[in-house]
Amino acid sequence: MLGNAMLSYETVLTTCTYCGCGCGLLLEVLDGEVVGTLPQKDHPINQGKLCIKGWSAHEFIHNQGRLKKPLLRKDGLHEETSWEEAFDRVASHLLKIKEERGPDSIAGLTSAKCSNEENYLFQKWMRAVVGTNNVDHCARL
Amino acid sequence: MEKTREKMARMLDEGFVSGILGLRLSHGHPVPYLFTDSVSLKDWVVDETNRYPITKILIQIWKKHPNKVIGVVVRGCEGRSLIELFKNHQLHPEKVKGIGIVCNQELAKRCRCDRPYPSEVEEGELAKPVEDFSDLTEIESLPEEERFKYWIGKFGECIKCYGCRNVCPACFCTTCTLEDPSLIKPGGMPPEIPIFHLHKAFHMADRCIDCGLCEEACPMGIPVRKLYRKVRKSVKDLFHYTPGEDKDLKGPLEFLGDGSYELPGVGR
Repeated sequence: MLGNAMLSYETVLTTCTYCGCGCGLLLEVLDGEVVGTLPQKDHPINQGKLCIKGWSAHEFIHNQGRLKKPLLRKDGLHEETSWEEAFDRVASHLLKIKEERGPDSIAGLTSAKCSNEENYLFQKWMRAVVGTNNVDHCARL
Repeated sequence: MEKTREKMARMLDEGFVSGILGLRLSHGHPVPYLFTDSVSLKDWVVDETNRYPITKILIQIWKKHPNKVIGVVVRGCEGRSLIELFKNHQLHPEKVKGIGIVCNQELAKRCRCDRPYPSEVEEGELAKPVEDFSDLTEIESLPEEERFKYWIGKFGECIKCYGCRNVCPACFCTTCTLEDPSLIKPGGMPPEIPIFHLHKAFHMADRCIDCGLCEEACPMGIPVRKLYRKVRKSVKDLFHYTPGEDKDLKGPLEFLGDGSYELPGVGR
């Protein structure tokens, strides 16, 4: 078994994050690295088919340009910061805008790259916490 | 399939292979997986309807682990694919151990499969070969003008996902024409219809093993397999050659002249 420590290939069932269709796909994981995408053959939506975006769904995962930490603009330059500081900044600014201009001066645009549940939470948060119906989603274009 | 499962367990336990590529039941769905120990084989399944490009996955694994011997569970079409991949140096016959499984008669009929079993199988009844070319005779009976109209209409529906290329076990060029910047400018428009479709049909004319994965992957329902079956039939009529049949017989289009045109590959 030890000799096989570096030999592993598995496919992970997941849902395409590129639009609202919800195609089922398999991410191919070779030795711990995501190397490809396959359409899920028995998925009720896409039935073993994908569009070109779905076929490329794995490409951003290990992309060098992908953001892994929040950035904060300091003196006009983006600098890496902690999540704590980033959340504090966003929350205090949103609160300030809400107090000065009212909740309808804020809008939220959420993403197909989030799960259904995250999108639900987001609209709930916009309506119940921020207090506006200005909420939309990139997949509704 | 217990006899086959036992054989696979022995192959892993005795270190005959480092892993066996097959399908495993994951959350109730059969998906490709590399079994590296005999315990995990309890989740191994044979699924009649969900075919994945298993030999193509094997190329990807083997490119990273060229010194390992890897087993692969193959049905008829996948066995034919292995033969073509060995001949074209994409896999090495000494590094790949095929474990044959049979397809049932119903699947063979649905696939119009003329060889629904690989050369060696552990168990199970061999389905009868299906010689059904009604799809071709139907289209061949149309006048040329109508045939042309039919194909241009079908190709016109292509959304250029290139899924047919991605799943095709005969599409294994080191640099795909589609990704060659000297032929197709990156960031520009994809080639006009029907350049890609006809190019692919010619390119794999003596490699296509008629598995039909291309057609299953097409979101627009383009009957690409019909086109490739026609090309396969033409190759058979012209050169008396059927891809995936004879491991020692070289393809008439791939191996021109002194062989210096052969494709590069890790299995060389």
